[in-house]
Amino acid sequence: MIELSGITKSFNSGKPNQFTAVDNVTLTVHPHQITIFKGPSGSGKTSLLTMIGCMARPTSGRIFLRGVAAARPFQQEGLEVVEITSLPERFLNEIRRSTFGFIFQQFNLVKGITVLENVMLPAYPTGEARALFRARALSLLEQFSISRLAGQRVELLSGGELQRVAIARSLINNPSIVIADEPTAHLDSKLSQEFMAIAGRLKGEGKSVLIASHDPIVYDSPLIDSLVEMRDGAIVDIRSCR
Amino acid sequence: MNQALERHLNILDFTLASLLRRRAKNLSLLAIYLLVVFMLASLAFFVTALKKEATIILSGAPDMIVQRLMAGRQDLVPADYAVEIAKIRGVTAVRPRLWGYYYDALNGANYTIMASEDPAVVPGSATIGAGVAKARNLAVGDLLPLISYDKSPVMLEINSIYPHGADLAAADLIVISPDDFHQLFNFPGGQATDLAVTVRNPKEMSTVAAKIAGTFPDSRPILKSEIQRTYQSIFDWRGGMTLILLTSALISFIIFAWDKATGLSADERKEIGILKSIGWETSDVLLLKFWEGLVISLTAFLLGVVLAYGHVFLLSAPLFAQALKGWSVIYPRFQLVPVVDAYQLSVLFFLTVVPYTTATIIPCWRAATIDPDAAMRY
Repeated sequence: MIELSGITKSFNSGKPNQFTAVDNVTLTVHPHQITIFKGPSGSGKTSLLTMIGCMARPTSGRIFLRGVAAARPFQQEGLEVVEITSLPERFLNEIRRSTFGFIFQQFNLVKGITVLENVMLPAYPTGEARALFRARALSLLEQFSISRLAGQRVELLSGGELQRVAIARSLINNPSIVIADEPTAHLDSKLSQEFMAIAGRLKGEGKSVLIASHDPIVYDSPLIDSLVEMRDGAIVDIRSCR
Repeated sequence: MNQALERHLNILDFTLASLLRRRAKNLSLLAIYLLVVFMLASLAFFVTALKKEATIILSGAPDMIVQRLMAGRQDLVPADYAVEIAKIRGVTAVRPRLWGYYYDALNGANYTIMASEDPAVVPGSATIGAGVAKARNLAVGDLLPLISYDKSPVMLEINSIYPHGADLAAADLIVISPDDFHQLFNFPGGQATDLAVTVRNPKEMSTVAAKIAGTFPDSRPILKSEIQRTYQSIFDWRGGMTLILLTSALISFIIFAWDKATGLSADERKEIGILKSIGWETSDVLLLKFWEGLVISLTAFLLGVVLAYGHVFLLSAPLFAQALKGWSVIYPRFQLVPVVDAYQLSVLFFLTVVPYTTATIIPCWRAATIDPDAAMRY
């Protein structure tokens, strides 16, 4: 479970061009669910997800992780939760690497290297034996029916194939939480529905899926569990869809 | 396997894949880098080997040479100087030497002519260096006509030719009998070109030299160590001159390498952002860039050094020989004794590998310290 308490994120603090991307957000994200963050561009969805995913720190407020295995070594004695916002960069990185998988709007795959290498990329610095994560990567490619593309360079792939590679890459370190930022922005309706089907599968495997989107195919999907609506950096509505 | 080692191996693996992606850029960089290391290492190997060669040859030289000066110029030494010098305590032997230079108008070469007391060198015969044999197309048993001071020919039969191994010292050498020497140059009797002095105890060398200078104020004793030092300086100077000629190439390389190493393209920046966003730490990115720099510079260094070794010690440095050996017409042909100066190699390593690797890492530092969330906004 992820708990956010009074999260604010400001950019250019103290300068004339200061703006607040996320304004005093308090929220609980339940595990093993698909949670959608809906809102127009600039509503603060991406900023909120980057803070949840340990990519950025809030200007104020706290984020707690409860029941997350990778965070356990950093728990304070006697507490069930770990407060990640105050952790040093190195620990934050470790939690991020093992707990979160990221799917980006532009997929952000590295050009010039193969599909298989792209999928393995997040595992390289973990110190895990190459043979182990290579086998895992191949099994993920198999799972997403793209194993025939393993040796191909990513710039030769179609949009749908790129998306599957990006999803496979997000899962290589076996994260418990998958964060997707506008994952269907560059996909047609069929591929968008396919993405939601994959998100449903991931939920079925016990993962939490957090998606920022303003695509109706995503937020109207029958697979989602909760919908957080945002505008101007603040939450305007939280709805359970079950 | 150790987790830290696995991390290094995995990142190195990605480094190699990454380098292959920019094949043209990295191969051109490697080629130029290799060329620079090859030239510098060849130069270093060659100068060191020549100095070593000179030291080996000079080890057989007399402990001390005594010359005589007249009006500041070298003059002939009266043979009776030898008798007086031999009486100085510590002196084992004094040998008057007859030698000089002969200009061969046929091919423009200068030969060194030396008289020898060796009974094998009978009047009318000569032992010659391989360079002379080649220049005059001579074999054992052939006649070598030399033109004496009064333009009359002196006919010498070749009794042997020094092997190529002795080329550095003997390529241009003609050894003849004292009689022939006197006849060839009209060299006055009772005189010598200089005196070769042998001293029993090397520690007494400077004392003996001082005594000789005291006894004969017009003499100039030259110690073997001084000759060795002069040779070292000559080869160092020649090496230095060649290095100056290479400087422009070096500077061009430094500018080129600096530009290639420090210039991060937009693609590379984006890639660093992606790596950060998928969980790579700043230290992982820097490690990747460190390996990138090291793979290129170390490959260039090792290949350059190996090629330079082959160039100098197997092929006798055809690229530098003329500039560094110092002969004009008769170039000695000889195989240099392989000698590698660890200090020189370390200096070369620190001047090539270390700056390049550092130059690769530094620009990445800024790019690698960006927030991982920046990649979310591409």
